[in-house]
Amino acid sequence: MFSIFVVNKCSFSMPRNIMPRKILNPPVIKGFKPYGLELSESSSEPVVLLFEEYEALRLCDYDGYNHNQASIAMNVSRPTFTRIYASVRKKIASAFVEGRQISIEGGKIYFDSSWYHCESCSCYFNDQEIGETIPQCALCGSAYISKVDAEL
Amino acid sequence: MKIAITSTGTSLESKIDMRFGRCSYFVIYDDMIGSIEFIPNSANDAEQGAGIAAVEFIAKKNVDKVISGEFGIKIKSLLDSLKIQMIMVKLPDRTIGELIELLKQNISKNK
Repeated sequence: MFSIFVVNKCSFSMPRNIMPRKILNPPVIKGFKPYGLELSESSSEPVVLLFEEYEALRLCDYDGYNHNQASIAMNVSRPTFTRIYASVRKKIASAFVEGRQISIEGGKIYFDSSWYHCESCSCYFNDQEIGETIPQCALCGSAYISKVDAEL
Repeated sequence: MKIAITSTGTSLESKIDMRFGRCSYFVIYDDMIGSIEFIPNSANDAEQGAGIAAVEFIAKKNVDKVISGEFGIKIKSLLDSLKIQMIMVKLPDRTIGELIELLKQNISKNK
């Protein structure tokens, strides 16, 4: 009975929210520009690549993860990852073939940060910049801090 | 640099509020001019979205650090992308005065 109720409720409500995707390394560039274009075509709209799509391409083709491993890294399900990856392939191909610019922006993402624990004031805090090492506690300034590996 | 602390009351003796979105008051401490401001949280009895409303409020105030007891899963990702540092204090007995004193000492040490 319960499952029937859930199905009915879902069919009348809004679609499910998009789960935010975890980004480890943001891109170093904002996009790409083609060169050698005919003048008439240069005013065409750019292809918008989302951050999550860039991250999917990076994990899969640059770092050589398979879809399952990459989906875990981005904190989405494997089928969702495959959809994101299919979409980035399609977008890059259309940009190449049609000679359009690529701009990397937007998407529902969050940046992963690591957490630290301070021994002297027993607080937890995270870092603001990825890859930056933190010498002291953000609250009391003591140097007795240790990195927390588990997800808080 | 501005630091926001979640508070249960409006004095320096009041204790830190362990909830972020549904805290009673926000304390905004500005270390440049040493000002301490108590602002009531208007979203604390909202049915849902209290955390997101609190993040919006804090982002508008140009806060660099937030001190609270706990942050929800949605709030962590939001604050992360806004580059606001989160500090979790797991001791509910800490008062606002003590925390501000710690921050003051930390800042004067770095000068």
